[in-house]
Amino acid sequence: MDTAAAQTWVRPKQELGAIARLFDWKPFLVTICLLPAVGLLLVFLTYPLGLGIYLAFTDTTIGRSGIWVGLENFEFLLEDRLWWNAVFYSVFYTGIATIAKFGLGLWLALLLNNHLPFKSILRAIILLPWIVPTVLSAIAFWWIYDPQFSIISYLLTDVLGWRTTNIDFIGTPWPARWSLIAANVWRGIPFVAISLLAGLQTISPSLYEAAMLDGTSGWQRFCHITFPMLLPILAIVMTFSIIFTFTDFQLVYAITRGGPINSTHLLATLAFQRGIPGGQLGEGAAIAVSMIPFLVFATLFSYFALARRKWQQGEADE
Amino acid sequence: MSDAHFPTADEEANAPAKNSAAAAAERMAWDSRTRRMVTIYLPLACFVLILLFPFYWMTVTAFKPNAELYDYKTYNPFLIGSPTLEHLKHLLFETAYPTWLATTMTVAVCATALSLVSSTLAAYAIQRLRFRGSQYVGLAIYLAYLVPPSILFIPLAMMVTWFGLFDSPMALILVYPTFLIPFCTWLLIGYFKSIPYELEECALIDGATRIQILREITLPLAVPGLISAGIFSFTLSWNEFIYALAFIQSSEKKTVPVAILTELVTGDVYQWGALMAGSLLGSLPVALFYSLFVDYYVSSLTGAVKE
Repeated sequence: MDTAAAQTWVRPKQELGAIARLFDWKPFLVTICLLPAVGLLLVFLTYPLGLGIYLAFTDTTIGRSGIWVGLENFEFLLEDRLWWNAVFYSVFYTGIATIAKFGLGLWLALLLNNHLPFKSILRAIILLPWIVPTVLSAIAFWWIYDPQFSIISYLLTDVLGWRTTNIDFIGTPWPARWSLIAANVWRGIPFVAISLLAGLQTISPSLYEAAMLDGTSGWQRFCHITFPMLLPILAIVMTFSIIFTFTDFQLVYAITRGGPINSTHLLATLAFQRGIPGGQLGEGAAIAVSMIPFLVFATLFSYFALARRKWQQGEADE
Repeated sequence: MSDAHFPTADEEANAPAKNSAAAAAERMAWDSRTRRMVTIYLPLACFVLILLFPFYWMTVTAFKPNAELYDYKTYNPFLIGSPTLEHLKHLLFETAYPTWLATTMTVAVCATALSLVSSTLAAYAIQRLRFRGSQYVGLAIYLAYLVPPSILFIPLAMMVTWFGLFDSPMALILVYPTFLIPFCTWLLIGYFKSIPYELEECALIDGATRIQILREITLPLAVPGLISAGIFSFTLSWNEFIYALAFIQSSEKKTVPVAILTELVTGDVYQWGALMAGSLLGSLPVALFYSLFVDYYVSSLTGAVKE
């Protein structure tokens, strides 16, 4: 109707102060927003990572800043039987625990993927071991593994009568190693199961219907639909699991502290023992740094799994 | 298996073709019910039993008098004959347990608040302000999550001493965000992605500033994501062990997990009753906190994994 009025109409400009305008200026806003997170991570994560690598090449002890000694710490470690022991047990612990966690976790996820009553309560209960502080559940395991009053020994000897003596869970090297792995698996199953359950729920039911029309068996459907579709998420969860199992500290420190006769030291507990109570910061840092190659390997694995996933979904690689 | 209620092809092939349809259906229904029992409920019950047993054992031990605790012959170890609060009393009134609880709570709340604020801002900048290279900043923050504390605690212990924060809970408040921020940022980026960008565009056209948009539009819509990030951070800070063990020396400043292990375990005689009571009490706040928000938690956990 009256175009002239529309042309002369000016949007009432919001009056902004200098500060408000500054905060609306994108480069400044981006900087401000990123500053706390990036700052904290740079100071307390990136810098210590570099410092740790530097320390590994010095002979620093508590109260004395060290001098550069080159590869001496690592040469020493290569001849250190305890270090080799810790490497062996770290790999063994990670390998066995990961296989068990994923086997049982996948099974539990498949069970939970059924139509069940009280599903949400069940899920909450199953997550409990993962939520409760590791050290506190480790103490419970310590008590379960007690040489004299172990409830498992009681069940096997007095109730079932399968054994005549108590099991010495954490007093001798091999039983101690297996006992720690069992505790780690117990704690790790919930996370694996719940993550894989999420993966299972994203698989379209129409795939199963199509397969069923073709007359496949349950096992065939698992092998050709469930497992391949689950692979991307499996790879990611497994990377996380491997990294945090390999660098585990709490469980071993709480239950055996590396004993008996240093047979259950992981690299992390050995690094702690040498570095903090032992005061050999340089050597402790060298042990910690010796974990890095393994972690880089696990991360690359994760990266390629992610890339493959994008390709599977028909998205272009970024 | 996910398909237990469907008869498999083999079963159908094996079923005699001459059976009347009704009888076959009936038998199949019975079969599938038993099968369901054996293949689903039985293993599930075993899983739940094993996953819950340590908690049950913790509780039983915490309320058992010492006489029953060390005598399996006269008392059934799975039951409590005469429940006692003796261990709890010892814990609360004869040790510094209340102080440890207070310290842990303070550290967990402060670290959570610090990481929530930083990661919300960072996630907003990365996902919504879309500057050049924002993808790489996101990737770098994600990679930070893969650096485990076991590698960092030795250099961090040195740095904490330089800053004069050794043996101070302040050190923990500053260090915990290193493992909280990466996960929270990652989770919140995913969450912000699910909020339609059009809402922000409308607000921009209406002349709102970026800060106004964040405060009035994005944040209120992201509350579920913020809650789960908060729960996650709180739980992780409460559970943290290695930094607290390395940085804190004096007994009264220790956090619950460290204190139980280093202060309650004295000499060769372990006071299992008190230890279990301490573990139970130390697990309760996290378990309660988590059970209140379990649905947010599971959905965002699974959402973040899917991301």
